[in-house]
Amino acid sequence: MDWGALQTILGGVNKHSTSIGKIWLTVLFIFRIMILVVAAERVWGDEQDDFICNTLQPGCKNVCYDHFFPISHIRLWALQLIFVSTPALLVAMHVAYRRHEKKRQFRKGDQKCEYKDIEEIRAQRFRIEGTLWWTYTSSIFFRLIFEAVFMYAFYFMYDGFRMPRLMKCSAWPCPNTVDCFVSRPTEKTVFTIFMIAVSSICIMLNVAELCYLLVKFFLKRSRKAGNPKHHPNHETKEETKQNEMNELISDSCQNTVTGFSS
Amino acid sequence: MSWGFLRDLLSGVNKYSTGIGRIWIAIVFIFRLLVYVVAAENVWKYEHDEFECNTKQPGCENVCFDRFFPVSQIRLWALQLILVSTPSLLVAFHVAYRENREKRHNQKLYRSPGEIDGGLLCTYLVSLVLKTGFEIVFLFLFYKLYNGFKVPRLVKCDMRPCPNAVDCYISKPTEKMIFLCFLVATSGVCIVLNVSELSYLICKYSIKCYLKMFSKKQQ
Repeated sequence: MDWGALQTILGGVNKHSTSIGKIWLTVLFIFRIMILVVAAERVWGDEQDDFICNTLQPGCKNVCYDHFFPISHIRLWALQLIFVSTPALLVAMHVAYRRHEKKRQFRKGDQKCEYKDIEEIRAQRFRIEGTLWWTYTSSIFFRLIFEAVFMYAFYFMYDGFRMPRLMKCSAWPCPNTVDCFVSRPTEKTVFTIFMIAVSSICIMLNVAELCYLLVKFFLKRSRKAGNPKHHPNHETKEETKQNEMNELISDSCQNTVTGFSS
Repeated sequence: MSWGFLRDLLSGVNKYSTGIGRIWIAIVFIFRLLVYVVAAENVWKYEHDEFECNTKQPGCENVCFDRFFPVSQIRLWALQLILVSTPSLLVAFHVAYRENREKRHNQKLYRSPGEIDGGLLCTYLVSLVLKTGFEIVFLFLFYKLYNGFKVPRLVKCDMRPCPNAVDCYISKPTEKMIFLCFLVATSGVCIVLNVSELSYLICKYSIKCYLKMFSKKQQ
């Protein structure tokens, strides 16, 4: 159980997201999770061992380290990545719930149910409209909130995004104001700035995706309002594209659920 | 043999769970198991090496560490994850038993071997009670062993062979406390989910039973 498991769960979403969603997922996997695992973890690997204070007083180093690093950068990033990835599961759960309802209708022998068998229900693509549209939009909204909260927490806890070389510590039991030296401050600053930059890109992608969904939604509504005689079976090119997009998005939910349960 | 085994086990049980049960599995996977493996384990990795006492007396650090951490918090966390996940095996075994029975008698004995009714309902309820029980027991153990969920920066130790009351410093106490709070919060959420699922199943099947009895009386 590690980042690979999260990748498997989210992989199903990737196949059927919007284009912006696919870009977001790629950025998340390659520029955040992979960088964290193959590079950043090594840089912070020896952080407490190589945190040196100019004192022989036992306990002073521990206390100063705890004072300046209440939670390590690397753990904060790991939590950020987990929280930012999970809203996609909301959509998967909603689709699974809809599918469950259809199966129940089918089993009851409801005449309204147009499916021939359970397999057809499993293969069914749900349109993203009504409550499912709200779930999808909420998941993007939550992603944005989590990104912003973690970026703020970072900025607040570490007084900016720079890692200083030297910190002055006078917490007890240090006998006086003691100089403490952080290991690899420049490398850590570089990685911190990189991770913050990629978080900002992800925030912009999420905002773009949200705007795109909202614009499409309002356009569709205004078209429906402006065209009341519109025949339900006659679709314009744009609506066909929208429907395909919606079907693709709902397929992603199906695959997420399948991937998650396998 | 590693956490992947537990993940596979829970994925298998996912099929036979209710909606709330699936939410519970998702929370255990992502907010407990994944957080444990990618973040929490590393926080406690060098806890003994970084535990420092203000003395040069050999053996004092060892003895004090053992006194304040009889079982490491991270090990308790791992045990909790394992014990909380295993009652789901009862349900998987019962379904396998039903399927075997159908094969042996070569006829359809149940509407669906995985459907929660009859004996499987009892097994499912028992597994929920056990899960909740284990969660509460571990939270209580954490509370009792460590005097709450706080991790102090400094502990005073006067056990032999320490010459007097010696100051001992725990490494990364704030980070450990943050993760312990996270553990308690997720355990709490899981307890609430288990209790809701229990109530939901009891209500649903009581109503079903009552309606059956009522329709029989009418006939």
